[in-house]
Amino acid sequence: MSDWLSPEEWTAVRLSLKVALTAMAASVVPGIAVALLLERGRFWGRQALDVLVHLPLVLPPVVVGYALLLGFGRRGPIGAFLADHLGIVLSFRWTGAALACAVMGFPLLVRAVRLSIEAVDRKLEDAAGTLGAHPVWVFLVVTLPLILPGILAGMVLSFAKAMGEFGATITFVSNIPGETQTIPSAIYTLTQVPGGEGGALRLTLVSVAISVGALWVSEWMARRVRRRLLAR
Amino acid sequence: MANVSIRDVRKSFGPVSIIKGVDVDIQDGEFVILVGPSGCGKSTLLRMIAGLEDITDGEIRIGSRVVNDIPPKDRDIAMVFQSYALYPHMTVAENMAFSLRLKGVPKAEQGKRVQEAAASLGLTQLLDRYPRQLSGGQRQRVAMGRAIVRDPQVFLFDEPLSNLDAKLRVAMRAEIKELHQRLKTTTVYVTHDQIEAMTMADKIVVMHDGIVEQVGAPLELYDRPANRFVAGFIGSPAMNFIDGRLEKAGFTLASGAVLSLGAQPPVPVGAKLTYGIRPEHLQVMSPGEPDSIPATVAVVEPTGSDTTLMVKVEGGSLTVLLRERCSLKPGEAIALRPVSHQSHLFDERGRRIASV
Repeated sequence: MSDWLSPEEWTAVRLSLKVALTAMAASVVPGIAVALLLERGRFWGRQALDVLVHLPLVLPPVVVGYALLLGFGRRGPIGAFLADHLGIVLSFRWTGAALACAVMGFPLLVRAVRLSIEAVDRKLEDAAGTLGAHPVWVFLVVTLPLILPGILAGMVLSFAKAMGEFGATITFVSNIPGETQTIPSAIYTLTQVPGGEGGALRLTLVSVAISVGALWVSEWMARRVRRRLLAR
Repeated sequence: MANVSIRDVRKSFGPVSIIKGVDVDIQDGEFVILVGPSGCGKSTLLRMIAGLEDITDGEIRIGSRVVNDIPPKDRDIAMVFQSYALYPHMTVAENMAFSLRLKGVPKAEQGKRVQEAAASLGLTQLLDRYPRQLSGGQRQRVAMGRAIVRDPQVFLFDEPLSNLDAKLRVAMRAEIKELHQRLKTTTVYVTHDQIEAMTMADKIVVMHDGIVEQVGAPLELYDRPANRFVAGFIGSPAMNFIDGRLEKAGFTLASGAVLSLGAQPPVPVGAKLTYGIRPEHLQVMSPGEPDSIPATVAVVEPTGSDTTLMVKVEGGSLTVLLRERCSLKPGEAIALRPVSHQSHLFDERGRRIASV
């Protein structure tokens, strides 16, 4: 089985999974927070935040990648700060690929969570308040369990987006085998060299399998959660 | 337990004024019902007592505390919602123990108190079920149980029976009333159903368009409505209103029919008035009798225990409620005479000026 894919292809698969899982994990908490802010918050600049979050959805991925390069590159204001003070370098590293994937998947995660927050019956939260619950407790014990299916759906979308992300990643962190060459960039590279069709096809199949697997896992989890929650 | 005092309370959403200065005093242990048509502000007022809506102006006290700026969790109340608001991811027992879990009551004590409340509401067999596995009436009982377990100073009910079918509603009405008689906790209950208000309340607050129209005991409102709105809202079938003017001979209808008045109302002869009479206070006579209104039977509705007649009179229609069965047929000509001392006169602004 292990000789089905070449070592370089295996590296790309492992790297893709690492990047996508990291991007997804890092987005969950900020995603829920932003979804809550946008859905429930009443503050100045809410509209602007909404637009900012959704920008990666409509901008050309290359533009997002270039913006990340400007901001988070070694000479970018944020990138320089992170490198000088915290020793974190993102450009041309797999962590940078994860950041690019997280940014591109973020609007999808936020949208899914927001829809599920919108669907929560506010009376359930009101009731908790009148029964003596602090707002933080209300969120943890009432709201969070109710929006769990939405969070799971958002996580899968974010993961899937990260697995397929190409434009922003290649612009921000390039296409370095073993460091930033994920499955899509590996496929792209393979299609550019003579005799690479076999590898491209194999990686395509792997990509399909991972996507189907992710969907299946999320469906299974959502069904389990829904079984506990469904119907009032 | 505590009294609740509402002082000149106002609520606006932007430029729209929903509650326009309301004063209500609720005594310790009293069962008070806020009733009115939809949009009158009754639910908003209840939510303001609960702390779920801000108070634009005025003051609400629970016990001796002004609660205007106190969050719901610290008001020591428990609210029962029309939609029940049960947690779908918790069992009946967990739903009922919710407030105890918050207070950090030991598990054994939680179990004991939930068992007690469940027993009093007939829920013992259902404690392990989830809300989705319960009927509407059972869910309503669980919502009440959750409120009872909290042992609050004030119970707040927001149209709790509106989602139930008619038969269950009657049964639950009695159950809630009995519950109040047992616990004697101050209760504020919102409904649009005047029958619920009449049957359950110690005191009714009739609201309309953001103001209080009248406050009083159920029969007080029924017998001495302050104005035409209360007169028409309380009582089913609703009170009949007949326009006319005051003449020397009595109240004169547009048709020329004259109804004698038992007492002289405090307005000059010639004043435009509205004559109000409840359907059960009209007697059916043969046509041509003096002191009566000529009418034609339009619809006969027998319910078994009594009979409702819809009759046509000149310039409108009236409802008559007969305690006995009757053999009248649609199209038959009759006359209606008011029972003496059961009518009300309202001036042009709708205020009751006399009962005659």
